[in-house]
Amino acid sequence: MTTTKIQSASTVSPAPTGTGSRGTKVLGGFALVFLAIAVVYGLFISPPDAQLGNTIRIIYMHVPTVMAAYLAFIITAVSSGMYLWKRTEFWDLLGSSAAEIGVLFFAVTIVDGALWGKVTWGVFWRWEPRLTTSAVLLIMYIGYLAVRAIPADPRTRATRCAIIGIVAIVNVPIVHKAVDWWRGLHQGKTVLGTIDPEMGGTQLFAMYSSLIAGLLVCVWLLIHRFRAGFLAERASDLGLDQALEERRLESSPATGEDA
Amino acid sequence: MSQPGGVLGDALLVARKDLLLERRAKIGIGQVLPFAILVLLLFAFALDPDRGILKLATPGLFWVTVLFSAVLTLQRSFALEAEDGILEALRLSGMSPAGIYLGKVTALTIELLLLEAVLVLGVAVLYDTKFLGIPLLFAIALLATLGIAGAGAVYGALAARLRSRETLLPLLLLPLLAPVLIAATRGCEVSLEREAMSGWPWAALLGIFALVYLTLGSFLFRPLLEDA
Repeated sequence: MTTTKIQSASTVSPAPTGTGSRGTKVLGGFALVFLAIAVVYGLFISPPDAQLGNTIRIIYMHVPTVMAAYLAFIITAVSSGMYLWKRTEFWDLLGSSAAEIGVLFFAVTIVDGALWGKVTWGVFWRWEPRLTTSAVLLIMYIGYLAVRAIPADPRTRATRCAIIGIVAIVNVPIVHKAVDWWRGLHQGKTVLGTIDPEMGGTQLFAMYSSLIAGLLVCVWLLIHRFRAGFLAERASDLGLDQALEERRLESSPATGEDA
Repeated sequence: MSQPGGVLGDALLVARKDLLLERRAKIGIGQVLPFAILVLLLFAFALDPDRGILKLATPGLFWVTVLFSAVLTLQRSFALEAEDGILEALRLSGMSPAGIYLGKVTALTIELLLLEAVLVLGVAVLYDTKFLGIPLLFAIALLATLGIAGAGAVYGALAARLRSRETLLPLLLLPLLAPVLIAATRGCEVSLEREAMSGWPWAALLGIFALVYLTLGSFLFRPLLEDA
């Protein structure tokens, strides 16, 4: 209780009004530069792949989005554990912000994976281990966000989310193993989602620049989402303080008259 | 913190309480079991029984039915605790959270295994299934049920005090149980000799799942009871 009071009191005077800062502007600038490089090399300069043809250009987008999503989910898991240990608002906000960003990148991953599948396999969806694992994982984290959206006391909500964050990440290798064996009986692995070691110079450059761009965008979004979440908490504290103040003002003349 | 009985003593106490309540209220026998048999009938309506699809899909349909029934059983099991602040009372009782968790899991496992036993009879009669590889079938049923109850008790307790628990619990739990469905279905197919491969790796995967979630649940139940 005291910590929230101290925080709300300190933010009342020099309250931050936005989520941007010098650091995020620099980070965003780098992200834009790498995105531009990735677009130019990925779409125009690099040659089509010997085996995958032009569909390799989808993979330049697919790998960064899936990497960014996994990074976000790992941050959620670590933050969940840290929250249960330290019980601070920082870890709660970091975990839930990362989960949101992770769901966003994962949805994009599944869409671009399905598009790649349509071109390569002729169908949008195949029960391929990685695609299937991703679908299950996406729904698990949508569940996390659903719990997050339920209004509750901050500590209660944070504990619920932390538990789901831990339970969900532990399930990832088990789901993957199960789906791998399940499909392993019928078909071999596909190359979707791996960096081919025999990739040529400009292709490799396109891949790495898009990977860096993806991770930078992920971190940039995460910082903004975290700050937006922090401001939302302060705003609700402020609303509560105001409501308390109003009730006090209502009651103070009344007690004098009625008593 | 805990009583002289320790974690296991607490677990037995909670399990006995839950089973006694179930014996008296008969929600499982009176509502969940008829629902499960109804689902078996609905599958037969959806997948024409004469074309053999039903027979081919039997293991999968069986486990999907078990999962749906498990959601109902879990909701019932934790609705009991959420009413009248019983979760708070449990917390104040001095019993260890791990003991309470393991007790709930034990009661749930026993209830679900009994349900599965009746469902096996239902499948044998309605879908004309012949059972082979009985030891594997037993191992898979036990390990899968432990996994379902172990993971389910964590989310059941988490969702119990939420107003939207009826819609939230399946959304949280069913994706988590996807590997259990896959492993149990494939393992059963092996034991019904539809696949040449040995089924024991599937049983091992189910065992790992159960072990991981029982361990995790034992640790997470304390913050769950205290704060969630």
